[in-house]
Amino acid sequence: MNMINLLLFPIIIPFFFAMILLFFKEQVVVQRVLTLIGLALSLVASFWLIATVKTEGIQTVTLGSWPAPFGITMVSDMFSALLVTTTIIITFFVVIYSFSSIGVERERFFYYPAILFMITGINGAFTTGDIFNMFVFFEVLLIASYLLIVLGGEKRQLRESIKYILVNVISSALFVVTVAYLYSIIGTLNMADISVKIAEINQPGIISVIAILFLIVFGIKGAIFPLYFWLPNSYAAPPIPILALFGALLTKVGVYAITRTYTLFFVHDIGFTHQFLMILSLLTIIAGCIGALAYFDLKQIIIYNIIIAVGVILFGVAQMNTSGLEGAVYYLIHDMLIKGALFVLIGIIIYATGTSNLREMGGLIKTHATLGWTYLIAAFGLAGIPPLSGFIGKVLITKGAFEADHVIGSIIILASSLVVLLSVIRIFIYAFWGPQKNELPVRDQRTYRQMMFPAIMLVLITVAYGVGAEWLMPYMTDAANVLADPSIYINAVLKE
Amino acid sequence: MEFILAILVGVLFTAAVYLILSRSLLKVILGTGLLSHGAHLLILTMGGLGGNAAPVVLDGVTDFADPLPQALILTAIVISFGVTAVMLVMAYRMYAVHQTDNMNELRGNDEHD
Repeated sequence: MNMINLLLFPIIIPFFFAMILLFFKEQVVVQRVLTLIGLALSLVASFWLIATVKTEGIQTVTLGSWPAPFGITMVSDMFSALLVTTTIIITFFVVIYSFSSIGVERERFFYYPAILFMITGINGAFTTGDIFNMFVFFEVLLIASYLLIVLGGEKRQLRESIKYILVNVISSALFVVTVAYLYSIIGTLNMADISVKIAEINQPGIISVIAILFLIVFGIKGAIFPLYFWLPNSYAAPPIPILALFGALLTKVGVYAITRTYTLFFVHDIGFTHQFLMILSLLTIIAGCIGALAYFDLKQIIIYNIIIAVGVILFGVAQMNTSGLEGAVYYLIHDMLIKGALFVLIGIIIYATGTSNLREMGGLIKTHATLGWTYLIAAFGLAGIPPLSGFIGKVLITKGAFEADHVIGSIIILASSLVVLLSVIRIFIYAFWGPQKNELPVRDQRTYRQMMFPAIMLVLITVAYGVGAEWLMPYMTDAANVLADPSIYINAVLKE
Repeated sequence: MEFILAILVGVLFTAAVYLILSRSLLKVILGTGLLSHGAHLLILTMGGLGGNAAPVVLDGVTDFADPLPQALILTAIVISFGVTAVMLVMAYRMYAVHQTDNMNELRGNDEHD
């Protein structure tokens, strides 16, 4: 069947359902059901998309049927199709988790439409093949995230969301400025066409300056060193389901954008741009490690683990060889899934104990054994204990680094795994071992079980993702091949 | 003409940075407004101000104006308008709850550690 618009479905369906939901402000049950239906339909579409990309190659559609460099092109290669699917899977389970944790008040104030609008923006940013259109989709997801971060209007949320908005508005203005500079030199906005034109003029110095400007713009969104300063406090402000979505998805959009621009556009002066990216990614890992060990707050520990993961993924991208890129793709998806799972799990720990301070916890394993063991599996997965999913990504990234002779970087990556393990096991030891320190608040067992379902499902998916790596590898290889060889992407879009 | 506009963009950015670094939240928001104005003018300048004819294909007309920067600016203006509106509403709510618009009093983490 010839479906040229297939790649638009994961963007259009959430958008459509979000608009419908706006009419059912007070009917919480209707909203819940419609959200799940919308996400399920998007999930079906995205799996269909992966299958199509696997068999027929990169899918493209240029809106309004203009010829390729002139209209706005949407492009779905394996990398973006995988990310779109992962995004929808995580959102699906986080929405189920929200049913029992976010509270009716927030649900009645456009919580679900905001999530669906955000998914529209995220999937659009993953799919677009036009650099200005990427800016537009960034704004779509950001405005939805402004609503989500402030939803509820607690004192702390209001204070932190103002800073979050300010940082993002400034980075958006820089994005526009960078696109303007690029347009003045290259004269096109189509990403495949930009790649061709940069190759024609052989990347003079000014293009490398623009590369660094892009790194700053996306680095603010993706939280790389030294631009991650806004992230820990802002992310800790909203309730756990929103934190889970932000932590799993939003920074990854920035990481995706860096990956895309640094593998498609700026590939002619790797000695400068990718070296720069690699040094920053290593500093990001070190800064994240310090933060992850410094706090006794559950949320902060996992939030700093986001920053470590961003560093690891970008280190893989900076290698610019097949192993490094394959590892980066694998690790990126692993990290989205595992961060979603971990945030949901610490949400349940906080629900069970009534605090997010590790020092006030203890002995939880006696009363919440399932939670403890599920958390332990997720923690091992994050740190990369074989055969869980973090292991394979890191192996490939270090392999790529050794191939590119970046030995010190590989050692830092491997050492960071130990720090990650320490930081998450510390939560396990403090919260689950030892004597019970405080009286646990009385909680409804049914709510607890409802919360455990999405957590266990997400952890099972990450386990399957690690154990089934052999079966998933062809997809990762397809994704990495397009990143390693821009001409595949260019030919698919411009149809030369 | 490009030269004058480039200087104007620089002035707008300078004023924006000055306002964003001030302590009053309202001035900061005005600063982001100026910043986006500067960015929009920059698109216009970077697209080149040449071209005397409208971008319509006619016989014998070769000196077209570039229609794309205007489309980009229009999009960017609409977005920055929306974002500024959202930001003003949130700033008002924050002022109502915190009773201050001084950024110095809005720092920090009020939880443990």
